[in-house]
Amino acid sequence: MIYPDSKGFYGEFGGAFIPEMLLPNIERLKSCYNEILSSDGYKQKLSSLLNDYAGRPTPLYEASNLSSFYNTNVWLKREDLNHTGSHKINNTIGQILLAKELGRTRIIAETGAGQHGVATATVAALMNMECVVYMGEVDIERQAPNVARMKMLGAEVRPAVSGSRTLKDATNEALRDWINNPTDTFYIIGSVVGPHPYPDIVTRLQSVIGIEIEEHFRLKTGKDYPDYVLSCVGGGSNAAGSFFPFINNDNVTLLGAEAAGLGEKSGKTAASMACGDKGVIHGSFTYLMQNDDGQITEPYSLSAGLDYPGVGPLHSFLKVSNRAQYIPVSDKEALDAALQLTRLEGIVPALESAHALALLNKREFLHGENVVITVSGRGDKDMQTYMREFNL
Amino acid sequence: MRLTNIFNNKSDLLSVYFTAGFPELNSTISVLEALENAGVDFVEVGMPFSDPVADGPTIQGSSTHALNNGISLKLLFEQLEEAKKRVSFPLILMGYFNPILKFGVERFVERCVECDIQGVILPDMPYEIYDEKYRHIFEKRGVFPIFLITPQTTDERIKLLDENSSLFLYMVSSSSVTGKSSGNNMQQLAYFKRVAEMKLKSPVMTGFGISDNKSFKRVCGYTNGAIIGSAYVSAIKNSVDIESDTLSFVKRIRG
Ligand SMILES: Cc1ncc(COP(=O)(O)O)c(C=O)c1O
Repeated sequence: MIYPDSKGFYGEFGGAFIPEMLLPNIERLKSCYNEILSSDGYKQKLSSLLNDYAGRPTPLYEASNLSSFYNTNVWLKREDLNHTGSHKINNTIGQILLAKELGRTRIIAETGAGQHGVATATVAALMNMECVVYMGEVDIERQAPNVARMKMLGAEVRPAVSGSRTLKDATNEALRDWINNPTDTFYIIGSVVGPHPYPDIVTRLQSVIGIEIEEHFRLKTGKDYPDYVLSCVGGGSNAAGSFFPFINNDNVTLLGAEAAGLGEKSGKTAASMACGDKGVIHGSFTYLMQNDDGQITEPYSLSAGLDYPGVGPLHSFLKVSNRAQYIPVSDKEALDAALQLTRLEGIVPALESAHALALLNKREFLHGENVVITVSGRGDKDMQTYMREFNL
Repeated sequence: MRLTNIFNNKSDLLSVYFTAGFPELNSTISVLEALENAGVDFVEVGMPFSDPVADGPTIQGSSTHALNNGISLKLLFEQLEEAKKRVSFPLILMGYFNPILKFGVERFVERCVECDIQGVILPDMPYEIYDEKYRHIFEKRGVFPIFLITPQTTDERIKLLDENSSLFLYMVSSSSVTGKSSGNNMQQLAYFKRVAEMKLKSPVMTGFGISDNKSFKRVCGYTNGAIIGSAYVSAIKNSVDIESDTLSFVKRIRG
C-alpha cells in the first residue's frame, strides 16, 4: 500500500498544480477526505452500496481454458460484472457519498468513452443530484450509445468543443466548470489523475478490487498472494486498485498495459510512460505526451478509455522506482486478445481490458505460477468496433 | 520603465493582456507598439498553451490559433528581444507551467531577464509549490511572480500572498475563468471592499470580466487599476488595422 505525502507527492510525482480559483475547493477536500473516508458511517454506506447496488464482491474466476492455452494459472478479476459494466462504479459511488458529506448538490464529471460518464450519471440518478458530464465533441460522435444512456439517466451531456475535442479537453471543461461554480459543485474525476487529493481518493476507492483479489485468492488457493497482477492503464484507476494491496510485497510482479495504439514509434499512440516524458497535466506532475514546446499532444488508441495523454502520478512513481513495469500493447494485440478470451472463456471484454489480457503474450509465465488479470469492463460498448474489426 | 514606478506615480492603471503570436505569428511586436501608442500602462504577454484551464473560450481560441501559427517560447523570446528596442513600458508574461518546465525553468528565467520581463503570472503554479521548488531560481535573477486572489481566498491567505509579492496582486473579479462578465454585483462589491479594507502593502490590479468603461471605472474605485484580456483579444481578432483598432479600444475603455 502506498499513499502520497501531505502535499500529494509520490516521490517527485503528483502535487496540486492548480489555479488559485480551485484552491479553496481542493484545500477543503484535502483537509477532510481522510477523515470522511475512514469514518464508520461512510464506510458502512459505501460497502452497502458496493454490495447491494453495484453487485460486489466480483468473482475471481479461474480461467481454465486460458490457463491450459498458456500453461500457467490465469485468474480473472471480473470487474466487468459490476453494475454499469466496469470498475468505474466503485469510484463514482465513493465520490458521490463524499460529495454528499460535503453538502454539495451538483455533480460534474468528464468522460472519454462514456463509461465514467455513465457510472457518474447512474449514481447521480440514485442520489437525485443534478449532473453535468463533459465529453469531447469527437467522442460524442464515436460513443453514441453511452451518450444516450447518460441522457436517459437524466444527466446533461455538454460537448467540449475546444482543442482536440476529446478526453483531455473534456477534463479541461470540467475544471473550468468547477472554477465557475466553486460553492455548490463536486467534481467526480474518473481516474487516479488530477490534482491531489484526487489520485489518492480514487486509488483508495478502487483498492476494493485488489483487496478482494487478495482475499479470494487466499480462499481459493491457500496461498497469500499471486505471482503476478496485470491490469490495463489509461489514467490508471483499475490498475492502481488492483495493485494497491500488493505494492509493498515484492514477491508480486505488477504489470500494467499501456495503449500503444498503432505502435510506440508510429506517433499514433497513448503510451504516455513509454513514449512521453515528465510534465504537468490537469494539476499533476507526471508522465505525459507532449511536443518539444511543452504543448500536450493528442494521444491515439482504438480504445477510447485508454486514450488519455497522461497517467496517474502513482504509476509514474511505480515506474521510476521499478516497482511496476508498464508494457505498451497495440490495437491489434488487444483485438486479438479480446477475441481469444471471448472464444476460450465466453467472456467479451472491454477493449481497454483486452490490453491487459494481451500481456499474456508479452511475458513468459511459468507452469504453476498464478497470474491475476483484472478484466476492468465488459465489451458491450465496443461491439461496433468488434463488428467492424472482426467482420461480424 | 519599472512597474513599481508606475504604481507609485499613477492611478486608474490600464493593463492589457494579449496572446503572443495572435492574430498573426508576427503580430506580437505590432500589438505591443499599438498598445504603447494607445497609452496602455503595462502589458501581459500571453504564452499560449494547449490546455489553458483557467481561460474561457476567447483566450482558448486565441491560444490554439497562435499555436497553429507556430508560436513557441523560443520564438516568443526572440520577438520580445526585438520588442525591447521598440517599446519601453513594462512587460510581464502570463502562461501555464508545462511549457516553461519543458523549456527549462532556469533558462526561462534567464531569457526573461534578457528580454526585460519584470514579472510572470503562472496561473497553475500555486504559491506553495513556487515557494518550495522554484522561488530561489526566480528571486536570484529578480524576476517575480504575480499571485492571484479570488472571492474565495481567505484573508489569511491574501495576507500571505501580499507579503510574498514584489510587484502586485492580481485580484480576480469573480469566481470564473477569463472572459465571463462579472457575477453577482452585491457579492462582488463586498469582496472588493473586503480586500480594499485590508490595506495591503502590494498594489492590486483587478482582472477577469473587465470589458468596458463601466467595469473599468468600477474596479478603479477599489484597486490600482484593471487588466483587460478577452475583450481586447476579441477586438483584434479580425482586425485589419491593429494600430487604430487598439487606439479606439483603449479610448473606449478609458472613456
Ligand atoms: C473498461 C475500462 N477499463 C479501463 C479504463 C481505463 O481507466 P483506468 O486506467 O482509470 O482504469 C476505462 C476508462 O474508461 C474503462 O472504461
